[in-house]
Amino acid sequence: MALTEERTRTHPVRRINKPDPAARSRGGQRFLLVGLALASAYSLFPVWWLIVAATKDRTALYQSNGLWFSGWHLWTNLHQLFTYENGIFLRWTANSFLYAGVGSLGGTLIALATGYGLARFQFPGRNLVFACVVGSFLVPIALLTLPLYLLFSKIGLVDTPWAMLIPCLINPFSVYLAKVYTEAAIPYELLEAARIDGAGELRIFFSIVLRMMTTGGATVFLLAFVNTWNAFFLPLTVLRGEQNWTLNLGLYNWSGKRLESGVDLTGLVLTGALLSIVPMAVMMIAMRRYWRSGVTLGALK
Amino acid sequence: MVRSQRWKGAAFTVPFQLGFVFLYLIPIGYAVHESLYRSQSSGLGLGGTTDEFSGLANYHQGLTDPAFLDSVLRVLVFACVQIPVMLLISLLLALFLDALTSRAAGRFRILLLVPYMIPGVVAAIVWINLYSPDVGPLTPLAKAFGLDWNFFAPSMVWPSIGNLLTWHGIGYNMVIIYSALQGVPRELFEAARLDGASESRIALSIKVPYVRGALVLTGMLSIIQMLQIFNEPALFRNVTPQTVSDSFTPIMVIYNQAFNAGNYHYAAALSVLLALILGVASFLFYRLTAKEAD
Repeated sequence: MALTEERTRTHPVRRINKPDPAARSRGGQRFLLVGLALASAYSLFPVWWLIVAATKDRTALYQSNGLWFSGWHLWTNLHQLFTYENGIFLRWTANSFLYAGVGSLGGTLIALATGYGLARFQFPGRNLVFACVVGSFLVPIALLTLPLYLLFSKIGLVDTPWAMLIPCLINPFSVYLAKVYTEAAIPYELLEAARIDGAGELRIFFSIVLRMMTTGGATVFLLAFVNTWNAFFLPLTVLRGEQNWTLNLGLYNWSGKRLESGVDLTGLVLTGALLSIVPMAVMMIAMRRYWRSGVTLGALK
Repeated sequence: MVRSQRWKGAAFTVPFQLGFVFLYLIPIGYAVHESLYRSQSSGLGLGGTTDEFSGLANYHQGLTDPAFLDSVLRVLVFACVQIPVMLLISLLLALFLDALTSRAAGRFRILLLVPYMIPGVVAAIVWINLYSPDVGPLTPLAKAFGLDWNFFAPSMVWPSIGNLLTWHGIGYNMVIIYSALQGVPRELFEAARLDGASESRIALSIKVPYVRGALVLTGMLSIIQMLQIFNEPALFRNVTPQTVSDSFTPIMVIYNQAFNAGNYHYAAALSVLLALILGVASFLFYRLTAKEAD
């Protein structure tokens, strides 16, 4: 498996140091495997149920066993989902991609520049900037979002894509990660050598530092993308009209329709929920190598 | 370092600094400012409203507001149950993984991380439907065992949300604890085995103390998230508004005050209070766990 190869390549010692499975009792091993299999089943069955539910028509959804297929209506469901209210679902999908893609790209670039500046330069106020980065982890989202809503509404940004995009540009956690990655990936000597060769600071950043930071940059981008894709409180607050909504907001609204107006959209909600997982899954699997290091780095906080 | 170079280095951080001022400092300052005022209707209430300075009156109101205090208490009590359960399961799974060969561990780790890939709102939607008596398989399953469970009943709604959060959080926390376990020097185990220690004894006396730091960290992150819980109860409220009130959690109280009652000043004061509670809770948790380590 690619994962194990990867790990043994980077840490050749570890495999030797792993406990020898033959040294432990068979019963013990079996107990561990059963425990982990049960936990995996718990982790997977809701996703399985969702996949099955997305293939059913309304009658089967309400009447058949939820954990197994009953008829194949996935294409009808998708067609319904994409054409409901003039294809509003596609609009929400495009919005989610726009906010998460563009916002995270800009945010990552700013974070990498900041992380590089903090990690490789001494300047007055550097510690203060870093203190702001770390301190902001403790600021509750409501304390930022409510005044942001008021300020944005004063300058007419509420209910425009900017209300989502601008806050994504500044992400203290991205800056923190970028600083840690710079410290690990960019040696001082290299920068000195480039300076002696007469390269300007901007040129050094764009043609040397950014190139050497592809792994770190990809991780920062990935985590920011996931965060924005998953965001709920901010879009709920600053986006009012459904034309600008995200997938999350749309699904939330649909799932409340039943009690609000008696329209049962459960089938659409479930098919839509399954679709909204797909980009996350594709992205995380494609960038598996990067995001695992990101998850672990989060632990350094 | 040459002087001019220093300033060039500082220049790299300027976009962030500007953004931080506009998106963090000014909004926080604005919230604090707003929290010190109150809307007063002028004259007979026909001439619109004006903002008048009211000092700490909003804070005083917040600290004596049963809706707000109840929501904080509700979430704190819930956190004291759900977070230890979730971390205990994560720790157990991490220890299990650590005792396997790396190949098998890699496979299970991917499976256990699947819930982490799912957006929180979608996870809540999925579980709400699993719990649902109409479409979900769990109610009939419970019935088959002779249990008449209503997952949305007042006494069940927190366990239902707790299960959802645990399901969503186990994988992530397990990975953090697991990577800390990878750092334990393997020689320690050999020495302990030679001394006749059993595997479970090694896990309890060597591995668990070694990953304390990771446990404190995951606990801290969970507390910070929990005090701000909003998405899950908001989605539950969609299907069971009679159980999940509009002031179920602190952020719901704040949102409700701001957007349904139109009381921005009071909402601002409550969000400052919540920030202070968050700070105090994190500090206490950190002190408590750091003290135990000595």
